[in-house]
Amino acid sequence: MGETKGFLRYERKVPAKRPVQERIYDFNELELPLTAEVIYQQAARCMDCGIPFCHGFGCPLGNNIPELNELIYNNQWQQACQLLHSTNNFPEFTGRVCPAPCETACTLSINDEPVAIRDIELQIVERGFENGWIKPLPALQKTGKKVAIIGSGPAGLACAQQLARAGHSVVVFEKDLRPGGLLRYGIPDFKLAKKIIDRRLEQLAAEGVQFQTEVDVGTDISARYLQKMFDCICLAIGAAQPRDLTVPGRGYDNIVFAMDFLKVQNKLNAAEPLDDSEIITAKDKVVVVIGGGDTGSDCVGTARRQGAKQIYQFEILPKPPDSRPPDTPWPTWPRIMRTSSSHEEGCERIWSVLTKSFSGSATSVRQLNACRVEWINDGGNWKIKELSGTDFVLEADLVILALGFTHLVHKPLVGDLALKLDDNGNVLVSNCRTSRNWVFAAGDAVNGASLVVSAIDSGRKAADAVDGWLKGQ
Amino acid sequence: MESKGLYNPAFEHDSCGIGAVVDIAGRKSHSIIEYGKEILLNLHHRGAAGADETTGDGAGILFQIPHQFFTAESKKIGFSLGEPGRYAVGMVFASKDGDIRKSCDEVLASVIKHYGMKVLGWRSVPTDSSCLGKIALQAEPSIRQIFVDGCSRQGEDFERDLYLARKRAERIIRERAIDAGNDFYVTSLSSRTVCYKGMFMAHQLFAYYPDLSDERLKSALAIVHQRYSTNTFPNWQLAQPFRCIAHNGEINTLSGNRNWMKAREPKMQSKIFGDSISDLFPVLRDGASDSECFDSVLELLIRSGRSMPHSMMMMIPEAFGTRYHISTDKRAFYEYHAAIMEPWDGPAAMVFTDGTIVGGMLDRNGLRPCRYLVTTDGLAVIASEAGVISFEPEKIRQKGRLRPGRMFLIDTAEGRIITDNEIKSKIARQKPYRRWLDENRIELRGLFDTPRLVRSDPQTIFKKMRSFGYTREELKMVLTPMAVNGQEPVGSMGDDTPLAVLSNKPRLLFDYFKQLFAQVTNPAIDPLREGLVMSLMVFTGKKQNLLDEGPLHCRQLKLPHPILTNEDVERLRTVSRDDFKCVTISALFDVNTEEPGVAIENAINDLISSAKRAIENGASFIIISDHGVDESKAAIPSILAVSAVHHGLLDCGLRKEVGLIVESGEPREVMHFCLLSGYGANAVNPYLAFEALDEMQRQGALPADMETIQIADNYIAAIKKGILKTMSKMGISTLRSYCGAQLFEAIGLNSELIEKYFAATSSRISGIGLREIAQYVIALHRDAFQQRPAGALELPFGGFYHFRNDGEHHLWNPITVSKLQHAVKFNDPQAYVDYANAVNDQAEKLCTLRGLFDFVPNEKVPLEEVEPAGQIVKRFCTGAMSHGSISKEAHECLAIAMNRLGAMSNTGEGGEDPERYIPSENGDSKNCAIKQVASGRFGVTINYLANAKEMQIKIAQGAKPGEGGQLPGHKVTEEIARLRYSTTGVTLISPPPHHDIYSIEDLAQLIYDLKCANPDAKVSVKLVAEIGVGTIAAGVAKGGADEVLISGHDGGTGASPLSSIKRTGCPWELGLAETQQVLVMNNLRDRIRVQVDGQIKTGRDVVIAALLGAERFGFGTAALVTLGCTLLRKCHEGACPFGIGTQDERLRKRFAGRPEYVERFMYFVAEEVRQIMADLGFRKFEDMVGRVERLKTRKAVEHFKAKGLDFSAIFSKPHYSQGSALRQVNTQKRRIDDHIDWQIIEKAKASIENKTKIVFELPVKNTDRAIGAILSNRIVKKYGPEGLPEDSIEITFRGSAGQSFGAFLVRGVTLKLIGESNDYLGKGLSGGRIIVKTPEKAAFPAHENIIAGNTLLYGATSGEVFVNGIAGERFCVRNSGATVVVEGVGDHGCEYMTGGTVVVLGKTGCNFAAGMSGGVAYVLDEMQLFDTLCNLDLVELESVWQEDDKKKLYDLVSRHYDLTQSVRAKQILNNWQDMVGKFVKVVPIDYRKAIEKMRAAEQRDTETTPATEEVFYG
Repeated sequence: MGETKGFLRYERKVPAKRPVQERIYDFNELELPLTAEVIYQQAARCMDCGIPFCHGFGCPLGNNIPELNELIYNNQWQQACQLLHSTNNFPEFTGRVCPAPCETACTLSINDEPVAIRDIELQIVERGFENGWIKPLPALQKTGKKVAIIGSGPAGLACAQQLARAGHSVVVFEKDLRPGGLLRYGIPDFKLAKKIIDRRLEQLAAEGVQFQTEVDVGTDISARYLQKMFDCICLAIGAAQPRDLTVPGRGYDNIVFAMDFLKVQNKLNAAEPLDDSEIITAKDKVVVVIGGGDTGSDCVGTARRQGAKQIYQFEILPKPPDSRPPDTPWPTWPRIMRTSSSHEEGCERIWSVLTKSFSGSATSVRQLNACRVEWINDGGNWKIKELSGTDFVLEADLVILALGFTHLVHKPLVGDLALKLDDNGNVLVSNCRTSRNWVFAAGDAVNGASLVVSAIDSGRKAADAVDGWLKGQ
Repeated sequence: MESKGLYNPAFEHDSCGIGAVVDIAGRKSHSIIEYGKEILLNLHHRGAAGADETTGDGAGILFQIPHQFFTAESKKIGFSLGEPGRYAVGMVFASKDGDIRKSCDEVLASVIKHYGMKVLGWRSVPTDSSCLGKIALQAEPSIRQIFVDGCSRQGEDFERDLYLARKRAERIIRERAIDAGNDFYVTSLSSRTVCYKGMFMAHQLFAYYPDLSDERLKSALAIVHQRYSTNTFPNWQLAQPFRCIAHNGEINTLSGNRNWMKAREPKMQSKIFGDSISDLFPVLRDGASDSECFDSVLELLIRSGRSMPHSMMMMIPEAFGTRYHISTDKRAFYEYHAAIMEPWDGPAAMVFTDGTIVGGMLDRNGLRPCRYLVTTDGLAVIASEAGVISFEPEKIRQKGRLRPGRMFLIDTAEGRIITDNEIKSKIARQKPYRRWLDENRIELRGLFDTPRLVRSDPQTIFKKMRSFGYTREELKMVLTPMAVNGQEPVGSMGDDTPLAVLSNKPRLLFDYFKQLFAQVTNPAIDPLREGLVMSLMVFTGKKQNLLDEGPLHCRQLKLPHPILTNEDVERLRTVSRDDFKCVTISALFDVNTEEPGVAIENAINDLISSAKRAIENGASFIIISDHGVDESKAAIPSILAVSAVHHGLLDCGLRKEVGLIVESGEPREVMHFCLLSGYGANAVNPYLAFEALDEMQRQGALPADMETIQIADNYIAAIKKGILKTMSKMGISTLRSYCGAQLFEAIGLNSELIEKYFAATSSRISGIGLREIAQYVIALHRDAFQQRPAGALELPFGGFYHFRNDGEHHLWNPITVSKLQHAVKFNDPQAYVDYANAVNDQAEKLCTLRGLFDFVPNEKVPLEEVEPAGQIVKRFCTGAMSHGSISKEAHECLAIAMNRLGAMSNTGEGGEDPERYIPSENGDSKNCAIKQVASGRFGVTINYLANAKEMQIKIAQGAKPGEGGQLPGHKVTEEIARLRYSTTGVTLISPPPHHDIYSIEDLAQLIYDLKCANPDAKVSVKLVAEIGVGTIAAGVAKGGADEVLISGHDGGTGASPLSSIKRTGCPWELGLAETQQVLVMNNLRDRIRVQVDGQIKTGRDVVIAALLGAERFGFGTAALVTLGCTLLRKCHEGACPFGIGTQDERLRKRFAGRPEYVERFMYFVAEEVRQIMADLGFRKFEDMVGRVERLKTRKAVEHFKAKGLDFSAIFSKPHYSQGSALRQVNTQKRRIDDHIDWQIIEKAKASIENKTKIVFELPVKNTDRAIGAILSNRIVKKYGPEGLPEDSIEITFRGSAGQSFGAFLVRGVTLKLIGESNDYLGKGLSGGRIIVKTPEKAAFPAHENIIAGNTLLYGATSGEVFVNGIAGERFCVRNSGATVVVEGVGDHGCEYMTGGTVVVLGKTGCNFAAGMSGGVAYVLDEMQLFDTLCNLDLVELESVWQEDDKKKLYDLVSRHYDLTQSVRAKQILNNWQDMVGKFVKVVPIDYRKAIEKMRAAEQRDTETTPATEEVFYG
């Protein structure tokens, strides 16, 4: 372990951010990395628990966090880099965007501040790239089996890399211009610069993964074609169907889905071709983001950078407490008040609010009509009760719906494959295998919208399942 | 008695009192027999009785043939005897069935004729069975004497032929199976001695045999024995004396000794025996007890021509390490004989006789008491206790005690006492042993030079490591600490991983074995503080004929320790000398096979035959090597390979022809080496471990500044220490006797495998066989050699110690811990159910044996009718966790919770703050109901005991049975120091054994002492499950304990070596079932309660334990988890962030546990119990206890390893007779009603009531034990720890006081003893004063004579003792506050002392001050050699020069003179100026630092840091 009682000696430190007044004028990454000395001290805080909840409960990937911390403490960065990659294909993504359930499960977090696990992870991988330790690891022997992976988000990429390293020929199909999926088109650059993705894609390509972009499987090529060309396929197409808000006035032009809003800005930043008609901007507008989650927050930050006049964020749930409430006890993910970098940049957050309708001109929304609500526990089921007399009207020029996702997009591919779905509309799988024996599935397509880290985990598990199946064939 | 269920008679133990009385001049008289009787009667408390309270465990007497008596008796019958010495008498036990007896008689007659002797006649020995107990009567044999004419033989020749005849008769009767009942037994057959014995209590021996009271029965010598056995299964033959000896103690190494004796037989030859030698085999009878085996070998050695003292020196050699002052010739003698025979090791006091000489001898450790005296009229008495025969003081010429390894010999022919030195130097020089050794011993100088690491090949090393199952965790947690610190790694908390046989992971065959350890019947040794008695030296190679001696006997390779480096093996291999040939045989098998089980079996067969071939071709060493593992070849597990070859060679009589050396990639941790040695390897080369260390260094996993030499050296040192520790747990001192002793129990191996390759190892629940073993080897091999994905890590993590997602399963995991914490924190029954299901449902992941059990359903009862939870929780206890291992906050929290429930919490070993005895205002009490008495005796005062509801003697602890503990100085805060009566910042050491329990009768004594110290409290004894624990529990029941606690191997700890946490003891399911079965079979269950603990987590666990026979249940880890523990497993570093396992103020502030959490948990468990009870149809909890028929094996166990398990032995319902019970229904008989203290209390009534002064006198005998303890209890009950004003009660005793004189004596009481005392004087002294004075009329100088026994002032906390004479071994052991003056002490003086002052006005033995971390001793060192006797590890010596030192010393010597009129003290005082310069002051280094700090702090008020700061952080 690091240092006995190191947690008494050193305080938790997390990266500082560039000043708000500087960062809101660009889309560059906003975190300032910790110094080597601080990272060493942060690693020293780890207690190398007999039951590491960070690893065993928090991290979906099961990263070997105590061992990593110890290696850093002992200045064995290269070994740490290797160890980290043994469970996580893309620590540079999770190190940037993961909400770090490992930290909320960290044993220290029970009565102290958790170990700065995410930042340690990020430093390890960045140092790995700097020092050239992260090299392509092509398989020594090829198996001759071919696998198609549909979708190049974190699940698809993780699955692809694992399978390529196991010796299979892997083709990744991506409907957009470049691979990356939500990593590239969903997450704003200020959280994840896109060169970070490109850097990793080079490794995958060198390991033999082929990318076929701008191919919308199901439309551009058929399922039958895939079946003919590949031994099996793995769907990693995400959960792209956004949850809608079906209230009067929803049809206005300037009520958009969050992902559409974010994607435009990401394409603009990457100088990808875009029709003027597609462009949505918050510049000089009063923006209302409906939905209090991370995507909503990303919309807030993006709108701020676009030059919004005023930003509101609505959340239907009540404001969470500042400290861990009894209903989400350690080591579970706590329902607490979180303030993202985007919130720091200026935004009014409104809790317990229900949007009842929109009104405005012929095509554009002008006002949003809402009221306050109360949550009532009715025999275990929570119900919303509108509070009378709380109705209010908010002027709005742009409304962004960030209400999450319902499930994957079913048509046309899933329909063509005639896959069975679960009650939530996700692909039904058993050990990553769908109802068709040559079709596997991973990531949000199976689990519903979730974290990047879970997607990577799911992609790895699917790769294991595929590999096992191919070997058994 | 046959094995039944889990009971196995092989694990019976016995121990006892012994004695001998001799007329030195050889004058025969009946009074010698009378004296023998007196000795026995006065040792009766060292024996025990069975369930009927009238059947003794055995007693006997052996004496010279009373010629006059037998002549007269034979005349009556109608035959006449010849001259004395020309005829022999045999004492024959036989069947009561006339036909069987007749057949046996005929055999006996025929063998006597065969050897050319003649039967003169038979005499039926008169007996009176009316005195016998029921059980003894059932087994009573017919007892007759046979008279044999030597036909002109006499002396040794006669004895030899009698011996041959007896052995031949035994063999023929056994072979022809004439006597199925095995009643035939020749107690003695000799022309010199005769032995009367049987299943008696002491007094019954003489009532049963009227002969013994016949005045014509005359002898010049007699040896007597009183037995205390763990069993009561009737057996008359186990009584002692045997033909040559009477033994008190236990031979721990018996299984090895037996194997090696068997191995020697093929080579044995002797001119003396000629062809008749075959009549002697097997030398050792199957099923013979340890003492009988010893006797048989001794007899063989004597009859083949060695003298009795010589043979004794071979079998029980004294320690001859460099720390001992012994002559070169004697050292050479012992070393020479080390090449011939391994020591018969274990606690032993032996008296032996051949009819002319009588001797006494102690083992090298001096672990049994033996005292002697010589009278002015030429009588010598040797006995386990002093005072067994009373003589007027003026009639005593000399008194003494046997010292460790020493002999006391009386030769009645020469009519004198022969000193140890004289006899031994004579024997050591009778042959040129030294020269033989110098000329023949092979040390191959240069062979063993500095160890080095071997460069590993990075391309292949990981393949090898994977194929041998290496994990990253092992490298980090096991190998690293060994390489860096030269220490075995330490961890904390219990083991919650599956048994190897239940694991889903491929586990090494090593993992299927558990170490055995000493508990109660013999003591563990302290390998650090008493390391001087231990040795790893081995001779290996070709062995010669045992019955002969010559230079070639020591022509063997001498190894200082059994670990060979890679180069050592290379050199061994290439040595070329005619008589020194090394052959390597390959332990590999082909993995490309359909039938892996067959492949491995064939490979093993090949291995054995290669070994035989090698021997035929003249090999003297065989290297069993698994070098060469590759794509197609995997290694046979090394333990399997070595044991198969060892047993294979034993079976064909070739084992002694070679040394076996194992060269394997598999062994790496201590347990592996112990197993290899235990199953016959003479030396081991762990080549891959060395390569792995090299690889670790290359990768930077070891400190960069370490030299490679240092790494290898540290690693070997750690292994050596670990082996010593493992041996010491079993109470074994030398590797020579550990090797091949197979001191392990297998769990999960099937009987076929065991019988074939691990013969005589117990494996009680069957399990896997060769096929499954081969499968796991192949699984590892595949993982090693098959194609791996790019970027995969070289080694898996493992997860055997710490939880990992993909590692070994742990029952404590993120789900169970968090669910349990939710449940108790938010009082959420559903969360508890989730938790319990996660623990109980082991359908997918097996973990415990009980996980495979299922309940046998019955008609349900409504839940409302089941006993309420409030009653059930009263059966619950929390585990023994000391305030020290856990924080005050956590400790008190547990106590409050358990008191609220009406249940019990346990103090643990660390004492308790007396403030806690006063209830709080809200009615809560922090007083722990159970007060533990552990080997360190920390805080065990009369007040502590008087406030107990139960006193628990901790014999062993699940996490580290057989080991002591150490609380490092930095953890001894002011608070801890106060509770433990020690000094802040000074390390506290708990010895491995209780120094007052080396044997079962000692345990009975401690139980007696505690009962005296608190007559109202119960006494429980905590044992750890291992094979044989049931028989020990029976011994505990017979010793008078009210409860026996069986702990599982998996119990928690604040700090233990990892190998102890993982590798010792067995699951409680086995231990508990065995205990229940043996107690019920012996009809002892009714009087003793049974508790169980060890990772008990849920109501299901409780119900299973109840059905197996438990009435009470302990929760340790689970209770801590409710208080916030998340199993960081950092208790040993004191770094618990939840304020539980720490003393750090900053961390203790974080403690967030509350008594309610514990209470809720107990209620949740109780409710779960109720639910199961309702399902099973039990209304009352007690109805469940012992109802093992309601358990069965879970159906449909698909697990590929677990499906071979067979629990029928666990579920076997013991046969029990009418009226005996399955649970406790009676209480133990009160044994203290005749205690002398009741008289004292009566006499001192006024003084106790009104604090007035009283002085009076009383006579005393050695049977008056624990004098003063009940009195002290009464006083503290009334006045608290302060007791009475000084000198309130003063009592003078005259005579020999029994054991534990003045135990726990409280302030205000002075006991003056004029005479002598036995062991344990001043045990737990709590402020009282004890004076022991040599009688005025004594004929000997006081300072040269022994006046008090062993282990004085054990755990004394305050008070004064003045001893006008010499005391025995381990004087002032673990004294923490008493002030003592004595005139000489034995070995290990002031051992583990932590406080107090000791003045020794005379000689000391060796190893003085071992483990002494506190207090001061002043020793008069007239010879200026004290520093060679003192263990200087922890102490410094200086002269007495400071004025306050001088004054303190002067005052103490003056007081000694005032109180005892010591002549010695007077001389010193008279010449004070000269004498003071001869005193040496012994001060522990830490202690001085701490004291100086404290002084400095007192002087400087400005200093704000506590005195401990520097020691704490330094």
